[in-house]
Amino acid sequence: MIADLGIAFGRVAFVMLFVLNTAAILGWVERKQSAIMQDRIGANRASIFGLRAMGLFHPLADTLKMLTKEDFRPARADRLLFALAPFVSVFFALAAFASIPFGDTLRIGDRVIPLQAVTLNVGLLYVFAMLSLGVYGVMMAGWSSANNYALLGGQRAAALMISAEIAIGASVMGVIMIYGSLNMMEIVRAQGRLLGGWLPAWGIVLQPLAFILFVTAGIAATKRIPFDTPEGESEIIGYFVEYSGMKFGMFLMTDMVETIVVAGLCTSLFLGGWQVPFLYADGFHFPWGAMITLSPLPVTVLQVGSFVTKVAVMIFFLMLIRWTLPRFRYDQAMRLGWLGLFPLSVLNIVVTGAALLAWGTR
Amino acid sequence: MNERGRMTLGQRFYVREVLSGIGLTAGHFFRNMGKHLAHALGRPGARGAVTVQYPEERRPYSPRLRTLHRLVRREDGSPRCVACMMCETVCPAHCIYIVADEHPNPEIEKVPARFDIDLGKCVFCGYCVEACPEDAIRMDTGILEFSSYSRGGMIYTKEMLLALEPAGPAGQPTSPVPIPATRRV
Repeated sequence: MIADLGIAFGRVAFVMLFVLNTAAILGWVERKQSAIMQDRIGANRASIFGLRAMGLFHPLADTLKMLTKEDFRPARADRLLFALAPFVSVFFALAAFASIPFGDTLRIGDRVIPLQAVTLNVGLLYVFAMLSLGVYGVMMAGWSSANNYALLGGQRAAALMISAEIAIGASVMGVIMIYGSLNMMEIVRAQGRLLGGWLPAWGIVLQPLAFILFVTAGIAATKRIPFDTPEGESEIIGYFVEYSGMKFGMFLMTDMVETIVVAGLCTSLFLGGWQVPFLYADGFHFPWGAMITLSPLPVTVLQVGSFVTKVAVMIFFLMLIRWTLPRFRYDQAMRLGWLGLFPLSVLNIVVTGAALLAWGTR
Repeated sequence: MNERGRMTLGQRFYVREVLSGIGLTAGHFFRNMGKHLAHALGRPGARGAVTVQYPEERRPYSPRLRTLHRLVRREDGSPRCVACMMCETVCPAHCIYIVADEHPNPEIEKVPARFDIDLGKCVFCGYCVEACPEDAIRMDTGILEFSSYSRGGMIYTKEMLLALEPAGPAGQPTSPVPIPATRRV
């Protein structure tokens, strides 16, 4: 009983620590990566006893700054909703990661521990539900601030989220059809098959169009550039215009966490999740016949490492897009969502269905 | 770049344009990252950034850059200025204040008893330098970083301006800032 509780706690703690620490480091990654992309050095001045550590203390300094700033509330703002909004926003972003698996089952003694925070049969739906609920925090912030610009930002966020959510849901249908499950663990496990004996059956191989659509809609769901119309720092500042201090910091953190969630989702659905090519429960089986036998623990370590690496690469890619493209105008973002992503996702479903009927390869 | 509304189909589809943009930025990233790594591994010539880390690193200033004024001295250390009021008259910002006095040497007409420049008002046009018939005021100290918490701290007196030296060959200051920024006057 105590052991079960401890294991459950450990699974949740691993995911929470992974997501929160990555979110904290992402502030540094964002600064440094954009700097290197633009031939700059980037923030490197924050130091502890003269130790600069390549600017790694800047997220710490930011947090300290936000915690010590005045927590301002406009006089006409809705007291309860204004205080609640950032918490709602960050809570659902954090909760969304719960059903993303970071490894296969771990066997300790006679216990079989699935390496994901929560084992859900409808894990994929759960993630989408949490991602959609996240926008309520943004809408609450926009409405309760008693500020027209904030209201505009909240309204834009809601419109963008609806068009993005539909494209996300529709683009993932193809993946669900191919792997035949809504359970994230089962989807990742099904990606361990080999096509033609050598090509891993990852989602990106079987559903390349869905991958592009999903990444595009996923970036829209994170409300970051090029889909940052809810914020639009050069036009309306956006839904958090009245927020200061750590509440504002929580909105920033939400964006970071959502980036991680989208990267984790892309990894799990399209990049094989924790799968390492040719690695099975008892070791590597290469297609040319060679074999390396591994005991279960190194296999688990390899799998978790593979998941973390893929998420990191995906985050790098998302950051690359964020620092490359200009912002879509509001109507352009809407047109892309409704007239671009959604019809293409439906087309993807039709083609996938036809292919499944024709070849029947489940 | 086509005019708006006349984009080709490939540009309207946007994915290709996105990929070419990502190719550009990723190319910069990996090239600069390689240079940063080479620098860290002991090749100081490799620079991954064009950043000049300002307070520690400085680019050389141009010799004609107008920086903080100084009053030129005679051999005996007295100011070369003869208090003719030309600079005070020409100054568009009215930031120079001169009080004239008799010079002990009868060969020299006058000498400034006071020569104050309010650098809070100065616009660094250099007219004072051009107007001076005696070449007694120059703006070649290379000092740019003077600041103060009060307006009084921006008023530089004759003694401070006389003590300044011209800048070095790369335009670097050779004398300290007369009023440190932290001094409250």
